[in-house]
Amino acid sequence: MFNLVIGQYVPMESLVHRLDPRSKLISMFLFVIIVFLANNWLSYGLLILFCLASITASKLPFQFIYRGLRSVFFIVFLTFILNLFFTNGGLLLFSWGWLHIYLNGLIQSIFISFRILVIIVITTLLTLTTSPIEITDGLESLLHPLKRIKLPVHEFALMMSISLRFIPTLLEETEKIIKAQAARGSDFTTGSIKSRFKAVVPLLVPLFVSAFKRAEELAMAMEARGYHGDEGRTKLHRLVWNNRDTVLLLILAIMTIALILFRY
Amino acid sequence: MPNIIDVSDLSYRYQEAGSRVLDHVTLSVKQGEWLAIIGHNGSGKSTLAKCLNGLIQPEQGNVVVSGYNTKDESAIWKIRRRVGMVFQNPDNQFVGATVRDDVAFGMENHGVAREEMLQRLDEALKLVKMEAYADQEPHRLSGGQKQRVALAGIVALQPLIVILDEATSMLDPEGRRDVLETMKLLNKQRGLTVLSITHDLDEAVHADRLIVMNEGKVIRQGTPAEIFQHAELLEEIGLDLPFAVKMERLLRQRGLEMTERPLTQEGLVNALWTLRSTM
Repeated sequence: MFNLVIGQYVPMESLVHRLDPRSKLISMFLFVIIVFLANNWLSYGLLILFCLASITASKLPFQFIYRGLRSVFFIVFLTFILNLFFTNGGLLLFSWGWLHIYLNGLIQSIFISFRILVIIVITTLLTLTTSPIEITDGLESLLHPLKRIKLPVHEFALMMSISLRFIPTLLEETEKIIKAQAARGSDFTTGSIKSRFKAVVPLLVPLFVSAFKRAEELAMAMEARGYHGDEGRTKLHRLVWNNRDTVLLLILAIMTIALILFRY
Repeated sequence: MPNIIDVSDLSYRYQEAGSRVLDHVTLSVKQGEWLAIIGHNGSGKSTLAKCLNGLIQPEQGNVVVSGYNTKDESAIWKIRRRVGMVFQNPDNQFVGATVRDDVAFGMENHGVAREEMLQRLDEALKLVKMEAYADQEPHRLSGGQKQRVALAGIVALQPLIVILDEATSMLDPEGRRDVLETMKLLNKQRGLTVLSITHDLDEAVHADRLIVMNEGKVIRQGTPAEIFQHAELLEEIGLDLPFAVKMERLLRQRGLEMTERPLTQEGLVNALWTLRSTM
């Protein structure tokens, strides 16, 4: 979880890093949707080409992308196997007892695997090239229109950025409590599941108590520093929409049209 | 010098039936001075601090900050802009994801224009010598560094007074020294009024003036030299005397009279090596 959320951002100088977080967020959502339009080699080729081009433009070493992918390999493998055996039709390639592999099944499972992989690559690329602050700012800005229907967009963004900021602090604290409880003879690693679960309780209680205390103190500190909601507030971070952001959206639009055309 | 904070006849209690945490406290803070309020845990000094920027409303009496009464709700944000506050736990007051974001937080709240914000941000970070850490995340900083960032965030708001509510009590000796140095700098170079609330008398001896509190009452006011004349009183209310003061007292009991009573280790050393000097 830790690595998924914040440990990922790699500060570097590249075209993808410099893009406005809003254009990156929109493109990512759009990409995840249009992936489902692809249904033949040509369209999958286009999606993979886009991924490779994005990775090259981000200048990130491939191992970073690979690290993000490693955790989902099992899921990809599982879907591959399931699709391989349970899709019928086309040429029978292999048969053993009740197991049959058809050509359609093979193609289908390759497609599905690629589908998952490109989605993971693009989302990983977003978190690798965009700092959590930028993502929060981008989301706040994109969701800004929802304020009209009284959704607390600013508060939501602030909550998100404070949670991100406190993850390392609370992890550190958890570690301390684990050590303190272990020093008093608490055992987290052996015994039945029930007894292990019981051992976690004396860990969670102090953690929650301290988290509430922190929240209270933080609220007071924020008030002392003049926080009184969204009204009359200025921002340090300014989001600048450049030509390159428009170009990115155009590329995505062209890809969408191409994928629809390739479908038929 | 004019007063920037006037507290008159202030009383407060947390529960209606409970005893008074603050009991008819009257005091004032002069512009440009370094004032230390000392007292044991539970003497009411932290509660007093929270009254000074309107985090707590007095039950009785008034707190007036540069002409604004804290009871006046329309003035509360003006008061908080003038009264900066650093709290005890460095982690629980760090709001931003990075040092820059945290220093900017106060300015964002008070609606400082972005151009000016950037300028003040650099200036404030330089002043507390944290400019090299501008893009660091809080969990990579030491406690002392976090407190200096908190000070930068306050300085950037250009306040009249900085209140340090036990701000050094959770720090290691090095962090404590760094924060103390920064406070001196702000007070002497920037002319900022400093109000430090502490039970650490080693820190309090650096102040221009001391106020001693016990059980919600102000029991003594004066310069450090005056206050430490009555070292027994401080020990009686549970405070730990600085090493130099203890040492001087022990030496005096052995019949070694010094011309002036040293408060710091350096002062003690100087008093000792010049003791027999006739020059």
